[in-house]
Amino acid sequence: MARARDESSPLFAGNAAGTLRLIVYLALAVVLMVLDHRNGWLWRLRYAASAVVEPVYRLAGLPAVGIRTMSVAFADRQRLTEQNQRLREDLLLANAKLNRLAAVAEQNQRLKELLDTQHSLELNVQLARVIGVDLGAYRYQLTLNMGARDGVRPGQPVIDAHGVMGQVKEALPTTSVVMLITDPAHAIPVVVERTGLRTVAYGSRDGDQLSLPTIPQAADVRVGDKLLTSGLGGRFPPGFPVGEVRSVAPSATGMFLVAMAKPSADLDRSEDVLLLHDQAEPDGPPAPVTPMGPPAGLAPAVAGSTPAPASTSGAPR
Amino acid sequence: MNRQRLSLWWFIGTLVLALLLMLVPLPGVLEPFKPYWPALFLLYWSLESEDRVTLGLAFTVGLAADLLNGVVLGEQALRLCALAFIALRFRSRLRFFPMWQQALAVLALLLNDRILLLIVRVLAGASLPPASWWISPFVGAALWPFLFLLLDDLRARLRIQ
Repeated sequence: MARARDESSPLFAGNAAGTLRLIVYLALAVVLMVLDHRNGWLWRLRYAASAVVEPVYRLAGLPAVGIRTMSVAFADRQRLTEQNQRLREDLLLANAKLNRLAAVAEQNQRLKELLDTQHSLELNVQLARVIGVDLGAYRYQLTLNMGARDGVRPGQPVIDAHGVMGQVKEALPTTSVVMLITDPAHAIPVVVERTGLRTVAYGSRDGDQLSLPTIPQAADVRVGDKLLTSGLGGRFPPGFPVGEVRSVAPSATGMFLVAMAKPSADLDRSEDVLLLHDQAEPDGPPAPVTPMGPPAGLAPAVAGSTPAPASTSGAPR
Repeated sequence: MNRQRLSLWWFIGTLVLALLLMLVPLPGVLEPFKPYWPALFLLYWSLESEDRVTLGLAFTVGLAADLLNGVVLGEQALRLCALAFIALRFRSRLRFFPMWQQALAVLALLLNDRILLLIVRVLAGASLPPASWWISPFVGAALWPFLFLLLDDLRARLRIQ
């Protein structure tokens, strides 16, 4: 059966049929790419194919797990003892801080109840492990071992002990893919901790830095400034560390300052990450108000409703 | 018959292994040195058993890689198709090259592949990759003789086509 091809694959010149086939396949690939780029089909297909894809991820993650296990197994005693000691000290320090914070948190809670806001300092989180899989695309993604079946939804913020790592991009049944904040296609609203300046931090091309290209010329931003999430946009809850400014320079156009920042989170070393569940209510523009009727018809109803709270508040007395 | 089936499974197994190797992460420092495994394995098979490797197979392997990698569907299908086409066209000559010449040809193929990828990414709106991105084809070409000899040796030991 194979010998029949001998005439069709001569030594020097190819045949037209082969070229035609190539063109057909290339065109097919281009059409697929364009369709996928436009519609984002891929994740739907991946969701459908997840029965195959996920075991492959687990399998490909095995060497990383093995190396991790080996590094623990063969680490010398002294290093483990040192590490243990250091972790103990960290825990002690963290507990001491927590104890002090508990009182503050309680006070905060009381004050907030007085103010009647929904904000809460409590975190509803889920621990997930990173599966060591290289998803190409210049390393801006992570794979986690939790998926839609564990309640993970696209858009959930992902943090580690030091700061914000990124957000869930797609959730397969038992794994999920995280887009890191250093992805050039990612932007996160931040606030400079020292001055309260709000701006946006984008990912950068070289993959381990954040870029803040739109800082006003007159703004006060210095090297070493800490960046926190601002909570604008409602995707990330406010107050989480994002990064630290490493350099500030005028932009090429001279209209803005451009700052580069180093992410606070250990983007390439984290093994365990936290998925935030209850997304804090957005600090951004208020939700669109439901349209009301004509003010004239509404006026008596409003006037009638305002005394009502007064009477209820009088009830406990 | 059994031997034929074994050789088919061996063929499929190496391609699956290539996809797995593509997914296995390397430590951050070594990351740019990672060769494009599916291309290398596909090249080997297109030189060694031409009646199995067709453009359709390259396309399928590429689609599987896209599905696993989560990049735009069709990207690697396009790259592997182009690669397989060139390899199949020059197959008769490539096979009888001495090893160093073959490695150079593989380097050219892999560089061409990177250029294709760059075109696709830039058209899709991605930014230009860092300079270290161009190391991978050279690593691939440097590994080629070893991969080729290893796979040939294994095939001879298993006595399969």
